[in-house]
Amino acid sequence: MKQQELEKAKEYKYGFTTDIESIKAPRGLNEDIIKFISEIKKEPKWMLDWRLKAFSRLKNIKEPNWQKPKYPKINYQDLYYYSAPKSSNEKPKSLDDVDPKLIETYKKLGIPLKEQEKLAGVAVDAVFDSVSVATTFKDKLTEKGIIFCPISEAIQKHPELVKKYLGSVIPITDHYFATLNSAVFTDGSFVYIPKNVRCPMELSTYFRINASETGQFERTLIIADEGSYVSYLEGCTAPMRDENQLHAANVELIALDNAEIKYSTVQNWYPGDENGKGGIYNFVTKRGACRGKNSKISWTQVETGSAITWKYPSCILQGDNSVGEFYSIAITNNHQKADTGTKMIHLGKNTKSKIISKGISAGRADNTYRGLVDINKKALNSRNYTQCDSLLMGNKCGAHTIPYIKNKNSSSIVEHEATTSKINEEQLYYCNQRGLNQEEAVGLIVNGFCKEVLQQLPMEFAVEAQKLVGISLEGSVG
Amino acid sequence: MLEIKNLKASINNKTILKGLSLSIKPGELHAIMGPNGSGKSTLANVLSGKDGYKISGELNFKGENLKDVPVEKRAQKGIFLAFQYPLEIPGVNTNNFLKTSLNSLRKSKGEKELDSLAFLKLVKEKSSELGIDEKILSRQLNVGFSGGEKKKNEILQMKILDPNLSILDETDSGLDIDALKIIAKGVNSSRNSKKSFLVITHYQRLLDYIKPDFVHVLSDGKIVKTGCGELAEELEKTGYKKLN
Repeated sequence: MKQQELEKAKEYKYGFTTDIESIKAPRGLNEDIIKFISEIKKEPKWMLDWRLKAFSRLKNIKEPNWQKPKYPKINYQDLYYYSAPKSSNEKPKSLDDVDPKLIETYKKLGIPLKEQEKLAGVAVDAVFDSVSVATTFKDKLTEKGIIFCPISEAIQKHPELVKKYLGSVIPITDHYFATLNSAVFTDGSFVYIPKNVRCPMELSTYFRINASETGQFERTLIIADEGSYVSYLEGCTAPMRDENQLHAANVELIALDNAEIKYSTVQNWYPGDENGKGGIYNFVTKRGACRGKNSKISWTQVETGSAITWKYPSCILQGDNSVGEFYSIAITNNHQKADTGTKMIHLGKNTKSKIISKGISAGRADNTYRGLVDINKKALNSRNYTQCDSLLMGNKCGAHTIPYIKNKNSSSIVEHEATTSKINEEQLYYCNQRGLNQEEAVGLIVNGFCKEVLQQLPMEFAVEAQKLVGISLEGSVG
Repeated sequence: MLEIKNLKASINNKTILKGLSLSIKPGELHAIMGPNGSGKSTLANVLSGKDGYKISGELNFKGENLKDVPVEKRAQKGIFLAFQYPLEIPGVNTNNFLKTSLNSLRKSKGEKELDSLAFLKLVKEKSSELGIDEKILSRQLNVGFSGGEKKKNEILQMKILDPNLSILDETDSGLDIDALKIIAKGVNSSRNSKKSFLVITHYQRLLDYIKPDFVHVLSDGKIVKTGCGELAEELEKTGYKKLN
């Protein structure tokens, strides 16, 4: 946000500025701001009450500080909590106005021109090609009774579902960032798959992004009713420049009897420059509840961006025979830091969980896997398998594996394996001698290392993710 | 094919090659023999363009000065090095590695990339020609390979990538007689009027199976003697000492 606009915003009596092209709230966090957000979203009273409840809770709790990557204290009164889509005047007029570095990356990823414009936030006057595409999608989904819309729309149109499930996996009392999100979330996705429906396509935020630009405090809620299946893709695979520092999203998944949710993320927020200046703090809470028997939730994440990534997509395995999976690639380069992993909470009988984590560290980066496997007393005959592999590039980076394992009954089995290896110059020389350039060589070695996780991604995502893996580590060797 | 004139190379302020000259014409196979520490492997590394050496003298390949040409570009121009100690790369499927490599060489020549089917057909053909079990290709690159398997894999790569100049850096070391025959077969079946070879070896043994056009003796960073095939046999009897 530009300085003069801020000044303009301050001039107004109520501190809010509303003009034709953009709506913004001033800096700071207080009840008025929350009321403002709720009002602008035309929310019912119960929603506002919910937010305010979270806010009053927030005032009494502190930020957690047990994580490995430390960060400078965030002044929450100095942040913006609401900013509507930028007007087209502020946006770059064409791709010529966009940072050439960014365009270069898009090209390498093979992103089509129209898509590039959209990702870079270029104001396009012509009608988006994808508008018609999006509509076709919507028709097809509606036919099956699937609800897929912005969560702000769901709050108005499907209050019974939102009321029942919002906060049921991540309660508003959970922890600082989750509570903060509950108070000020601006938008996100809502998905409901009815009983025995198999969602016919991969759902992705991409097809929704026109409707509303997602803010820094997203809230996503996905409910898979009995016997249903859905695969959801999150994030865009190109770097997004974001002037905000903190990104604190909440994602809740609920799988009822025999339902399955597959949630894939490719996160490539701005990581800061080579010297560690700038970049996003990606402090995200993601949690899924396998509430029904035989239900399954599978998280796959490829984390290549952000200055600090701090997240643990987790599964609460409540239903008997339910299954939780976590597949992760976390890449940190330059001064990036990641403290990521998962929590598998086994409550039901015969529950199974599997964790495959691949951490790659280059430059001066630091990469920590932290994971909890908690098998409850009543979770008889449960199983967990964990594999954590770390790959180091160079001598100045770090990799750490911190597993917490609690097995409270004797009929359950927990396995944990961990390895650490290093890419060395001889390996690269060997690849070079076979005609591969540095970038291809690193890509090949790293993709080999990550293979088990990349295989979990939906096809169209996997190809981009593979390229992204190579690009993220560019210039990190030799 | 290859013209080396007064080549000097040093690493960590230690001079290893001290004015080496060598000329290899298309279709020729040259063997380089020499005692430990004479600079044999350094020569192989320098020809491939490995980093870390300080170099002077002339190095021309197919009439082009190789100075400042990086490793992968030299490979793309047709220089292949069979490593003395092939590297292990976990998680990377050998087939996939070889396909990526072949296609990057083809791409650089402006040729069409091979799809998986065509590639697998080529691999099958070449591996059965050499009598190598193609199963090693579905394993991770050199991971858990025996010494012999690693060397065979190098020769199979050479066959598939089909370079103009193949440099074999002590490929015969530590091999049993059967593996040695496979290596020799790989080289002999590739020989024609357009391909050149530089075979670096400690022992005369390999030269029972591969008939060189020239044998050079490398000692203290220089070629001290050049002869034909018989020179190798002579060396085997008398040792290197007499030469100095």
